Amino acid sequence: MSTALPHGPNRIAPRQQANWDWRAASNFIAGGSGGGLLLWTALVALHGGDARLLQAGGLALIAAGLTCVWFEIGRPWRALNTFRHFGSSWMTREASLAPLLFVAGLLAVSSGQAILAAITGLLGLAFLYAQARILAADKGIPAWRHPRCRPLVVATGLTEGAGLLLCASGAAPRLWPVAVLLAALVALRQFAWRRYLAALANDGAPAGAIRALRRIDARFTWGGNAAPAVLALLAAVSATPLLAVVAGVLAAAAGWHCKYTLVCRAAFTQGFALPKLPVRGRGTSGAGIKPGWEKSARRLAV
Amino acid sequence: MTHYAMVIDLRRCVGCQTCTAACKSANATPPGVQWRRVLDLESGEFPDVRRSFVPVACMHCANPPCEEVCPTTATKKRADGLVTIDYDICIGCANCIMACPYDARSIVHEPRYAYGDAPIASEAARFDPARLGVATKCNFCQDRIDLAARTGQVPGRNPEVTPACVNACISGAMRFGDINDPASNVSQLLAQTEHFRMHEELGTEPSVYYIWDRK
Repeated sequence: MSTALPHGPNRIAPRQQANWDWRAASNFIAGGSGGGLLLWTALVALHGGDARLLQAGGLALIAAGLTCVWFEIGRPWRALNTFRHFGSSWMTREASLAPLLFVAGLLAVSSGQAILAAITGLLGLAFLYAQARILAADKGIPAWRHPRCRPLVVATGLTEGAGLLLCASGAAPRLWPVAVLLAALVALRQFAWRRYLAALANDGAPAGAIRALRRIDARFTWGGNAAPAVLALLAAVSATPLLAVVAGVLAAAAGWHCKYTLVCRAAFTQGFALPKLPVRGRGTSGAGIKPGWEKSARRLAV
Repeated sequence: MTHYAMVIDLRRCVGCQTCTAACKSANATPPGVQWRRVLDLESGEFPDVRRSFVPVACMHCANPPCEEVCPTTATKKRADGLVTIDYDICIGCANCIMACPYDARSIVHEPRYAYGDAPIASEAARFDPARLGVATKCNFCQDRIDLAARTGQVPGRNPEVTPACVNACISGAMRFGDINDPASNVSQLLAQTEHFRMHEELGTEPSVYYIWDRK
């Protein structure tokens, strides 16, 4: 593999995308947490609990995320055009789920019926899944299109939702089921995170993306997953509300940090590559080049 | 069925950026937006150093990820292979920019001019407010291709109906034509040469081919 130097400002190597900023990230942050929270509050409602306030919170999170995106798009007054491509666009599918989710959610909050809460919970899960698929469909961003990014985004949304639920459960008489749920979910999220990082490094990705993700690795692993798991289990054993709240906040905040990093720090573009250098001058071709990538050699074979 | 494609002979490209200038002139793109540009790549280590020039733009993929993700159907793939954007439908969500592995799309939210806040006469004359806040990119000089359909002229052969960059190329490195016509210039050229397409492993099936050697 030859080395290659970008010559001048002509954007050869991957670079952090500049079109989606914190507003787009907020949709994935708030929308994912809201979807996860709606799912878990549905379970609470099915077990006879009154989770209407939390359901309203989940709906508010999703609404906040969509509002942030609305402020980001170039032609906000045409936003209704978003519904025109249900056949293949996951952004359309996400947008189409939103009105259903709000109608079901508002009915669930106002009526308190468990079946409506369950429908809202499933729609929340579908919303979260659609968000993961939006990222997966974006082929221009290697860190998003990797097949292991999707499970990570879903896992962290579910974990954030459970974290928020555990925060609210601090005052409840029995918090151990939610605490155990959170501990299991952060373990799942950590598993998805490790698999994602390992696969990115193994399959090849822009060096900048890998650097950005590795930069948060220790914080995310220990502060965002290990600590909340331990604290949640301690809270379950000791029935200490404060521990439950801290565990929930840590789990949710770590997920938000992870998604912010994914969108605003690790979203490096594909860049350009030449599998063969053109034959000129000395009359021989040269080895391929792929500037700015880690472990890219095996992908360049022609 | 006609499928327009571009063939770029990397052995011939000298990196003069005339195609870039021709594109800017033909399409009146604002400062900072280049629908076409030429990458200048240095590779290797002394004394085995090479320099390659690679013209890039929208690859007009047969399987365009931008079209798949577009929530509004503003991005469409035409039967003749062109990938186009309807500025009246696009909402400027930038999802297509994230989906494009070729860094080919841009969004400009505010007017930009070459010399400060006010346009010079030529910029004022050609300013198109429909292009603000929406995705834009190379469209293979769509108007010219559409003209060919009306006049019976042949894109790639008649300059009036050939993309501006191809017309402008000083070294004959860029060719344009119907890849489904075995007698077309691009088909003939591809039959005689070794070539690749950018990021073929992503399954986008670009309509731009790069020649790197003879057969």
